Amino acid sequence: MDIMFLVGAVLFLILAPIFGGLLTGCDRVLTARFQSRVGPPFLQPFYDVAKLWHKEKAFSNPVEIIFTTAYLVLIAFSGAMLATGGNFLFVVFSLTLAHTFLILAAYAANAPFSHIGAERELLSLMILEPILILLAAGCFMVTGSFETYNMLILGIPGIVFLPGVFIAFIAVLTLILRKSPFDISTSHHAHQELVKGVTSSLSGRSLAKVEIAHWYEMIIFLSMILLFFAGYPVISAIVIILVFLLEIIIDNVFPRVTWKMTIKSLWLITLVLGVGNIVILGILGGMFL
Amino acid sequence: MSSTSKSPWLLHYNASSCNGCDIEILAALTPVYDVERFGIINTGNPAHADIFVVTGGVNEQNKVVLKNLYDQIPEPKVVVAVGICASSGGVFRDCYNISGGVDTIIPVDVYVPGCSVRPEALIEGIVKALGVLEEKRAALEAKK
Repeated sequence: MDIMFLVGAVLFLILAPIFGGLLTGCDRVLTARFQSRVGPPFLQPFYDVAKLWHKEKAFSNPVEIIFTTAYLVLIAFSGAMLATGGNFLFVVFSLTLAHTFLILAAYAANAPFSHIGAERELLSLMILEPILILLAAGCFMVTGSFETYNMLILGIPGIVFLPGVFIAFIAVLTLILRKSPFDISTSHHAHQELVKGVTSSLSGRSLAKVEIAHWYEMIIFLSMILLFFAGYPVISAIVIILVFLLEIIIDNVFPRVTWKMTIKSLWLITLVLGVGNIVILGILGGMFL
Repeated sequence: MSSTSKSPWLLHYNASSCNGCDIEILAALTPVYDVERFGIINTGNPAHADIFVVTGGVNEQNKVVLKNLYDQIPEPKVVVAVGICASSGGVFRDCYNISGGVDTIIPVDVYVPGCSVRPEALIEGIVKALGVLEEKRAALEAKK
């Protein structure tokens, strides 16, 4: 059993960035096609990272090496923990810690765009955290433990108990994939208000590490959808692909969503659907479980 | 062809250009020319850039900014002077406030003449710059 866990973790650490990079490549090509352009090659994200790796080492503050490395390592760690069916609360906490290191890296640079980017990254953490905690609470109420493994071996798929949390999670995913709000942190639009915000002062290898961490992050959050459809791999795969396409469409349809709009709408969705779902589950809990 | 020339990120700076060349640079990003085909991104951030695209004849006010931006781009980097003003100062060459071309302030690798420059010429200039970028990367690695 322990060996299986180790193999799972290693497989995740190797495969996640490969799939993450390919997904980013698909994303860029699809976005280009939506805008009736040809777009870059599918492997473009890998070329980008390889190029960044060979750039001159130039730091606005050398401490960013530690912060960006910690960000990458902790993101990979939480992903490995999730992939081996570990404790969901630990996953949430180490993800938060990882983002804190990214914010510190942005604050370390003495540059206004970087600082505003760090502040907006804090705002996006404030939007992300509640839904993750609600998801953890939901897991606990359905299975009686925080171990994601128990959620995966559940007879009835989690979506039956947590439909509201699922919809709220999908809504927040737009933000996590660094999509729609053009003025939050580091959205992928070519020209956005903060000139890449949180990463604006990072270059070369530091930026490459942040990019690889983002690939891990994409896979982590997309694979969280599995928690809702455990036991139905085909349906899970279809839902993940549909959700990813939906996010790209949202990205292209709403290119000028601001951070204020994002906070208002996503907190409202989290409060109504997420908290509402958990409350109803709490009230009805005794009847079903 | 290494990853460096497959993923050139641009920084565009208007050093007192009339905006004619700047509009053509933006045109190159539109669906008609779509330079993202070559992995080119308009970054707007010197820390991320590989190719520095400068338009305009450079005046007294912005030559400091130009030098500063150039210094902030990590090696290997290439400078492309876009338009006749950036290449030589053009008709403004003898003005009291004009330096007379980008190469009076920073080293320029590729000159793309034209008033204003056509997107096709601009793309050809960038492709030429990729060759220079590749040479510079090789030189940088040999130095290590």
